[in-house]
Amino acid sequence: MNDMRIAERATSVTESKISAKGVQVYYGDTHAIKDVDVEIDDKTVTAFIGPSGCGKSTFLRTLNRMNDTIDICRVQGDILLDGENIYDPKVDPVQLRAKVGMVFQKPNPFPKSIYDNVAYGPRIHGLAKNKADLDDIVEKSLRRGAIWDEVKDRLDAPGTGLSGGQQQRLCIARAVATEPEVLLMDEPCSALDPIATAQVEELIDDLRTKFSVVIVTHSMQQAARVSQKTAFFHLGNLVEFGETGQIFTNPIDPRTEAYITGRIG
Amino acid sequence: MPLLWILILVLAIATVGYFAARTRAMATAGGDSRILHSLPNYYGMNAVLSALVPSLAVLALWLIVQPMYLQSHVAGMIPDHVIAEGSSRDLIMSDVRRIASGLNIAVEQGAMSANEASGLRSELTNVRERLAEVGVALGSDVQPEVLAAAQEYRSIAKSGSFFMLIVVLALAVLGAVYAWKRSHKDFRARNIVEKAVLGLLIAAASIAILTTLGIVMSMLMETMNFFSQYEATSFFFGIKWAPDFRGDSALGILPLLWGTLYISLIALLVAVPVGLFAAIYMSEYAGPKLRAVAKPLIEILAGIPTIVYGLFALLTVGPLLRDYFAKPTGLGESADSVLTAGLVMGIMLIPFVSSLSDDIINAVPQSMRDGSLGLGATKSETIRQVIVPAALPGIVGAVLLATSRAIGETMIVVMGAGAAAAQLDKGLAEAINPLEAMTTVTTRIVSQLTGDTDFAAPETLVAFALGLTLFVITLGLNVLALYIVRKYREQYE
Repeated sequence: MNDMRIAERATSVTESKISAKGVQVYYGDTHAIKDVDVEIDDKTVTAFIGPSGCGKSTFLRTLNRMNDTIDICRVQGDILLDGENIYDPKVDPVQLRAKVGMVFQKPNPFPKSIYDNVAYGPRIHGLAKNKADLDDIVEKSLRRGAIWDEVKDRLDAPGTGLSGGQQQRLCIARAVATEPEVLLMDEPCSALDPIATAQVEELIDDLRTKFSVVIVTHSMQQAARVSQKTAFFHLGNLVEFGETGQIFTNPIDPRTEAYITGRIG
Repeated sequence: MPLLWILILVLAIATVGYFAARTRAMATAGGDSRILHSLPNYYGMNAVLSALVPSLAVLALWLIVQPMYLQSHVAGMIPDHVIAEGSSRDLIMSDVRRIASGLNIAVEQGAMSANEASGLRSELTNVRERLAEVGVALGSDVQPEVLAAAQEYRSIAKSGSFFMLIVVLALAVLGAVYAWKRSHKDFRARNIVEKAVLGLLIAAASIAILTTLGIVMSMLMETMNFFSQYEATSFFFGIKWAPDFRGDSALGILPLLWGTLYISLIALLVAVPVGLFAAIYMSEYAGPKLRAVAKPLIEILAGIPTIVYGLFALLTVGPLLRDYFAKPTGLGESADSVLTAGLVMGIMLIPFVSSLSDDIINAVPQSMRDGSLGLGATKSETIRQVIVPAALPGIVGAVLLATSRAIGETMIVVMGAGAAAAQLDKGLAEAINPLEAMTTVTTRIVSQLTGDTDFAAPETLVAFALGLTLFVITLGLNVLALYIVRKYREQYE
């Protein structure tokens, strides 16, 4: 919270990328997300913070319909991506997930080579015209994942053989390779050591130039460091949403203040 | 049954030792079990072990050694001239044992007094008749030397059993007393019991291993016997299988091996795709309710006896294939065919493949699926490109285990594919025609060993060589399967 960058962070006004209105999520009888409204801006890092079980990961997963894979999960309300409701029956969740990529809590590279890991998405979606094109995409994505220099000599080595931080950056490169418009990150640094965390945070800041990034994190310092907008969730409610600097220095809701000062959570 | 009595007595001693040791340990602790090093039961168990283990070990050893000693000792008493033409020492010895046990039975039933039985003389009594009265039939009249041997046999066996009783009981008592003496509050009875448990586990493990070794050794002996009569190269590289007992057999393994591999191949072509797809459906698509019902149903297939599959092949699949496939296409005339056996065997193998693959697919972490779905892959793309490759080593292991099973299968082949070996000398078309009758190594082992055959002839002994070859092949496959499965395990740990 005493990070000096917070106050002077530039938050240029951009257009909204995802607009969620009145979102309710149920797991069976449990009401997990209660009437949440959020505007996620383009080319911005938005952080979701809140205590464990507050629904921030659940809400994140509604943004690319990953909750569809859970049978008992029901979603109500509107989530508009570029003005189009992603829960409309016309929308193919598979296509949607190509546009809204996701990076998970634990690095989960496929048991394939580093090259094949990154080429996975482009191959599925037919993004490359030929081998040279694919090589290009892989290199570009690995560079954007800030891992190219470390792996360029061993692209044929298995992705599972990398270190934890490298694996997570590989997973980010893999998500970036499908050229998503939004990148969802579910606690991407929770399994990483401080050095790897710093690398990934730096990477997130770079990614902002091209994508809209939504990150769920348990670390308030991390939210303060990487995000421009912050949403605080508590018990399934969106308590407060606003500029990161404002949330951390001058929260309006007493619950937000209690959380960031460590009294609840 | 004196043996049963010995066991009961030893157990009784052990039980007494259990309570005595337990009580003594408690007494040394002044009745407070918290002061004891081990729980009171451990002192009791220690006494039980000390009483049982040495005495039962000696008992087992004695039961093995005494007959061996008797055999060699008494056999030496029989002079050569008693052994008639066409007979052998072994046959005489079996007479000796019969007489000895017959006399014992006679004494037991009261037909003879003990003194009468031991003072019996073949010159004066017709032993054969006397024993026939008590229900023991002898093949010939008893010669004096044989009777003397039988008497000696009786007396040694009797005193041997008596000493055995004494020694075993003494050991049991000594063991129990020793443990009782040692039952003190500082004595580490728990550790001793722990060692005994370890010993038990090691014994169980060694029985499995030693049995395998025993099987291999016995096969090896007979196989060597076979190769001393039949040339190894003609066995391993001969392309004709035509045994007959006139002495001009062709005993080449290749036609049988080809039959085995061909039928197994067809079986796997059926079992692997069906089993694998069933496993994928079960683990990836089916809901928990359906899965709970369908999985056991598939596994029921594994519980059907192979003879029933054989009947299915013989009565249903075989005629169907012949009438609707073989005859119209002109490829074959008989209901027995490689295809029949292969198809039915394939059905039998489905649960092997599906059950193991299902477990392996379930072991692929959920994060792999999430990762792939999160990139915009569909479910089947995820399965094809991520899950199956990740599970592949395990699936290969499952397939290899199924292969071992297919290679060893006998009943379905006998009933589905016939008994004629592949005729490799008639050209390729004949050899690869799936509607031709063919047979496998296992069925030939059965047919060479059954029936009224000369056990020393190469035509019979070849069964052991066939068995050993098959054993080596399946062992190799199993080792390969284990190796692959183990390599797979390292991936996610």
